[in-house]
Amino acid sequence: MMDKDLILLGHGSGGKLSHQLLDELIIPTLSGVSVAGQNDAAVVEHNGQRLAFTTDSYVVDPIFFPGGNIGTLAVNGTVNDLAMMGARPLFMSVGLILEEGMSRRELAAILASMREAADGAGIAIVTGDTKVVPRGKADRLFINTSGVGVVENGVEINGCKARVGDRVIINGTIGDHGIAVLAAREGLELSTDIESDCAALNGLVAELLKEGDALRVLRDPTRGGVATTLKEIAIQSGVTVTLREESLPLKNGVKGVCSILGLDPLYVANEGKLLAIVAPERADAALDRMCQHPLGRDAAIIGEVTGASDGRVQLETAVGGMRGVEMLAGEQLPRIC
Amino acid sequence: MNYLDEFRDRQVVLGFAERIRGLVEGRTTPMTFMEICGTHTMAIYQYGIRSLLPAEVRLISGPGCPVCVTPNGYVDRAIALARLPGTIIATFGDMVRVPGSSTSLMEERARGADIRIVYSPLDAVALAARNPQLRVIFLGVGFETTAPTIAGSILAAEQQGLANYFVLTAHKTIPVPMQILADDPELRIDGYLCPAHVSAIIGANAYRPLAEKQGIPCVVTGFESTDVMQGVEMLVRQVLAGESRVENQYRRVVTAEGNVRAQAVLTRVFTPCDVAWRGIGVIPGSGLRIAEPYARYDAERAIPVAVEALREHRGCLCGEILKGKVSPFDCPLFATTCTPEAPVGACMVSSEGTCAAAYKYGR
Repeated sequence: MMDKDLILLGHGSGGKLSHQLLDELIIPTLSGVSVAGQNDAAVVEHNGQRLAFTTDSYVVDPIFFPGGNIGTLAVNGTVNDLAMMGARPLFMSVGLILEEGMSRRELAAILASMREAADGAGIAIVTGDTKVVPRGKADRLFINTSGVGVVENGVEINGCKARVGDRVIINGTIGDHGIAVLAAREGLELSTDIESDCAALNGLVAELLKEGDALRVLRDPTRGGVATTLKEIAIQSGVTVTLREESLPLKNGVKGVCSILGLDPLYVANEGKLLAIVAPERADAALDRMCQHPLGRDAAIIGEVTGASDGRVQLETAVGGMRGVEMLAGEQLPRIC
Repeated sequence: MNYLDEFRDRQVVLGFAERIRGLVEGRTTPMTFMEICGTHTMAIYQYGIRSLLPAEVRLISGPGCPVCVTPNGYVDRAIALARLPGTIIATFGDMVRVPGSSTSLMEERARGADIRIVYSPLDAVALAARNPQLRVIFLGVGFETTAPTIAGSILAAEQQGLANYFVLTAHKTIPVPMQILADDPELRIDGYLCPAHVSAIIGANAYRPLAEKQGIPCVVTGFESTDVMQGVEMLVRQVLAGESRVENQYRRVVTAEGNVRAQAVLTRVFTPCDVAWRGIGVIPGSGLRIAEPYARYDAERAIPVAVEALREHRGCLCGEILKGKVSPFDCPLFATTCTPEAPVGACMVSSEGTCAAAYKYGR
């Protein structure tokens, strides 16, 4: 039987083990609100002003990958967590943990791209911290960020708001980031042209917010992929979500790598994608808004909230079969034969 | 043509479904077909194939998931080796989470063991070349599909004069257990969906004794949804015609003779042996061990280590599930005590395991 005392890699996968660690240890000790009620950022109120507040740590390996690097990931990821609450990102912090011996040139390149990403998203990096640890005690560079944004009056985005009949929309192809990073990893000689989708989504969100109350839920399907994120929303809202496999936008390169390695793209990480749950009568309008935005050209309606339940997600397969969709369990591992 | 979508065509699949329904309509006894290979099991769940087939056609899953049939004792030995100083364990990803008698390689990695996931055994050889002061032990688990590449890694290590590369083998071959299950009166198998990629190595002719002597229809079948549906239709037609032949649905990859070069590498480095299948028992002649001239690469013979006493998990129905006699849903541990996060048996962790497929897609 498993040794309960050990922290395993799977505890950081964003899937079931991560949820267990949060629910059993971290949240009861630190705050007390169940993970099922958690969103990408906390929304706190002060003097009548609602603020969204988030934090994240970045440990991606390798630190440079096609389509981005650990720095762009940190800035865009922080912006996105705020944007998913409907907030306008304002300020962020950057904490750097450097490994002794890291190249100063590489650090400079990463910092420059962070500045560029922050300027592009309209967020100001206003405070930070730098630590260096002995060689071997970290892997070149880890980054921790926090971010603050303002939630305008009338904006109510929450994972618990999905209702029967609502449509599920995604702003483009799935799995690009995870496959780009995997292919860039040493030891896996795959030549693909897949680039990470790493991007700040606050501009796209600002467009979607024009839909007002019809926009119920926003969430970015990062670790754990679309499957895990939709499962979280389904549980939070107490609904069944039915996906149509045929409608899932997927690049041929991602499809190919997933087939070779036995990965399910539904569980592969994205860094520039959002899932929007939208009232049925406004779904086509929301889709149009997405398609007109540069980060939403391949947007598609991929499913529907089909009933009330304790959080079921199911998939109508491309060949017309039906199957359940669970959260990511452990790490996604390649096949053995 | 991208060679994926064409083989997952909805209309083609639905066409097969309709024809199969028409063929078996009105039958009072269902036809039972076993898919041997774990990749088939996963594909059948992933595509929702069962929901497309009529009640008269029953698909049951066989023992063709190499991780699932690897006995606990093997995992225990791998763990004991991982704990030796100066040792790197190199493995395909699936083995890392498989529970042994008291722990797993994943837990040992968290405790400090050096365990590397590789995508090819040649990566493990390269690891040995880069780390001459350490020994690198590759976990050789798999059927005829992987065995030739692992044999090739031993030949590569020999060519490079590496003295620090070893393989801990638990290789198994597919046809013998198929012959045994075919005679099982409890199962009453009406036909086999034969493995796709194993057959690419051993060739479709390998199933002729099954078809010709034991009277079981055999169809070598690919892994895509159209492949599986066509394979089922071919089996249905054989049963209705009272035939038992080897047919090859997967002609775009599999030949009658198989991959002769791979077979040659296999017989050069490995020799057949009796081997234990987890949950099933010892099946004579169904394993592959490293042949005498290459014994110095065999981790079991070359690196003595004390292995903990074997402890089987009580209540685990993996054996019956691997033989196709019960479904994962019949196991009292399924999705309660045994989950992918805290697996009791390997069938729950392997990406080809019947329980993993049922947990992930079937509930």
